Amino acid sequence: MSPLLQVKNVTKKYGGLTANNAISFDVAENEILSVIGPNGAGKSTLFKMIASFTPTTSGEVVFQGERISNLKPHIVARKGVVRTFQETTIFKSMTVRESVVVAQHLRAKASLAGYFWGSKTAKEDVTAFERYADELLEFLGMSHIAGEQASNLPQGSLRALGIAIGLATDPKVLLLDEPFAGMNHDETMNMVNLVRSVRDERGVTVMLVEHDMPAVMNISDRIVVLNFGEKVAEGTPSEIQNNEKVIEAYLGSVDDEIGM
Amino acid sequence: MFGFTSKQLARVGIFLFMIFIGVPLIVGATGRWDFYFTLTSVALLAIASAGVWLTFYIGRINIGQGAFALIGAYVSAILVVKAGWSFWISLPAAGLFAAVVAILIGLPILRLRGVYFAMITLVLTQVVTLTALALPITNGARGISNIPLPSGISVFGIPILPDFAAMENTKLAFYYTACILMIITYAALYRLVNSRLGHLCRSMQQNEELASSIGVNISYIRIVIFAISSFFGGIGGAMFGSIAQSVYPSSFQVADSVNFMLNCFLGGLGYVFGPMLGTLVLYFGWDLLFEFGKYQMLIYSTILIVIIRFLPNGLLSIRFGKGGDK
Repeated sequence: MSPLLQVKNVTKKYGGLTANNAISFDVAENEILSVIGPNGAGKSTLFKMIASFTPTTSGEVVFQGERISNLKPHIVARKGVVRTFQETTIFKSMTVRESVVVAQHLRAKASLAGYFWGSKTAKEDVTAFERYADELLEFLGMSHIAGEQASNLPQGSLRALGIAIGLATDPKVLLLDEPFAGMNHDETMNMVNLVRSVRDERGVTVMLVEHDMPAVMNISDRIVVLNFGEKVAEGTPSEIQNNEKVIEAYLGSVDDEIGM
Repeated sequence: MFGFTSKQLARVGIFLFMIFIGVPLIVGATGRWDFYFTLTSVALLAIASAGVWLTFYIGRINIGQGAFALIGAYVSAILVVKAGWSFWISLPAAGLFAAVVAILIGLPILRLRGVYFAMITLVLTQVVTLTALALPITNGARGISNIPLPSGISVFGIPILPDFAAMENTKLAFYYTACILMIITYAALYRLVNSRLGHLCRSMQQNEELASSIGVNISYIRIVIFAISSFFGGIGGAMFGSIAQSVYPSSFQVADSVNFMLNCFLGGLGYVFGPMLGTLVLYFGWDLLFEFGKYQMLIYSTILIVIIRFLPNGLLSIRFGKGGDK
């Protein structure tokens, strides 16, 4: 079976600095793949290129046989590759439910003019959006905070809201940016279970960038390790744990600290 | 009805009663006919301000509405005077022309955010003024000063709109016309804000990156909104030209553009009807302070600063609390 998403020789240069150098790997359907690496390894840059938030310098990202790099982000989102952000990037003055309703933009059948005049399709859309929002929030265990304004939510709920917004677009691949950062053990375990159920019950392929090693080892089917913009390893959690290059990247990281 | 509560309907009813029956009664009783002109101006400025408010709604500070009002005024004047069109056809044409110009200008500048977008729009009014001075068709500094009053329209011999020139009381006719236009504008604005397009605008206003990650074509919506905004500006400007029966390069200046923006701030950026109230208060406030002579500007600005300091969500926030869409 051909992979769902392929990263092919992707390179990103900012002037003289190479953030990503000829990175290649495949993502299979229905897997959870983590991208890890020390600070400044180029993980976030790679994510931005996959979601087309920044163009590649060379190389390409292919999704279901179609090139998706160097397009506009909303077009990539329409194809089914959706990125979430860290917790500060939310719709601050909307409630949780409103955010999830708005995020179903791609499921709309009526035109914007139809919504303006209140056409029949538009009314059906709105009902469907609201029903799906309630269902999704129920699934994510967020029904009790549906009416809360996003800016009043604690950090853990904001992450969940980010995932809810991403899921509402009906993605095939969801890119999660540090979903466990700043969480304590219990919160992390809840989030790990949530991400797993997103894959298991919704059939969404998940890619995540993360620093929390225990969580990554727990949740991932496979792991890609970056260091100084290069891919140093790829494999299952147990393979990665015993990989000498990875250990070197993390433990022999005196240069990294200076480099940052 | 139409998803409104009876309370809302009652409020709208009272408002309509006031402007269409209450105001003429008051004017008739007091004999202050100049009131019509003032209120007509407020209604037209409120239309242009509604456009500015809409650009605020996608997170852009627009200090260039004077440019589009001036464009609208000139387009309508030229069509009526030089091409012999009926004013009532030149009115939507003026709005559409302003919208097309907005699309052309908006394509490059709407990429800018915050203060950078604001500064470019600030220059626009001056650019249009200078263009009007330079072009032969606009008559330079002499402007266009012999615009006839709107003529009547009849379809198959049935009169739909009366001939303004044949009327004894054009002030009242213009007042009604401006009020009707204003009501249509705000009804459309209310509908837009509470429809899906409005929700997408809100998502963009709060976070453009997240909006594009959920599949919103942000550059397209920005252009659409800016075009609608400028359409309102063009309509307001064209109507003004027709009432004054003249257009000059100085008819709308940078100060007017700034006032359009202030109207929105003062009324409240979170409320559809904010710019309408803002325009009324700002226009009358300035006139009421007239007797303070040379201190007029000082007192006026002090009051504005105090209001914006203590009511950052505008005057309507006293009534409705923070951020509801009323």
